[in-house]
Amino acid sequence: MNNMKTDSNDWAANTARNTLRLGYWTAAWLLTMALAKFGPEFIWQMNTSSTVLAILFNLAIGFGMILANKRHLKGLDELHQKIQLEAMALSLGIGLVVGLAYSNLDVTDVIPFDAEISHLVILMALTYLAGVVGGLRKYR
Amino acid sequence: MKNRLKVLRAERDWTQAQLAAELQVSRQTVNAIEKGKFDPSLPLAFKAARLFEMSIEDIFQDETV
Repeated sequence: MNNMKTDSNDWAANTARNTLRLGYWTAAWLLTMALAKFGPEFIWQMNTSSTVLAILFNLAIGFGMILANKRHLKGLDELHQKIQLEAMALSLGIGLVVGLAYSNLDVTDVIPFDAEISHLVILMALTYLAGVVGGLRKYR
Repeated sequence: MKNRLKVLRAERDWTQAQLAAELQVSRQTVNAIEKGKFDPSLPLAFKAARLFEMSIEDIFQDETV
């Protein structure tokens, strides 16, 4: 029983650590994304080498975030893995279907503005969030 | 799938949080299993069986049988 107690404490601490680590990687990715996006105009006056370096740095941090997310998911218990899977399926499905329909509206000039990739990212993020909240409620 | 998790837990005077800690899952997972909203995997069912020193069949029953 004592051994199980120690294991369970380790499990809870490990989950918390993985979540925190994912948070740090996500924050770092966002910051490097902002640097790559706004740096050329506001910091290094469109110097191409600096821009390429910033984009490569953002990519590297992005891969780190993906690995941190993978580790976070593997550390979750089976119910929460199921909730995450359902939320990601919803997000990917809606992102693909609505994203391509939105793109078609743009290329056929049905909508008077450009279909930006950021709109798709916002849609997928909101869908994922709704999926997680819905899953947490479903199994409450 | 039906289960006797809630009864077994109550017999030992454990909270959901205590059982969750022993099974290394979240309290929400224990609650969902007790309410029959979520069926545990075989490894988790074995872990519960070991904890309560019972067979899996004594804890979990297939409702279709």
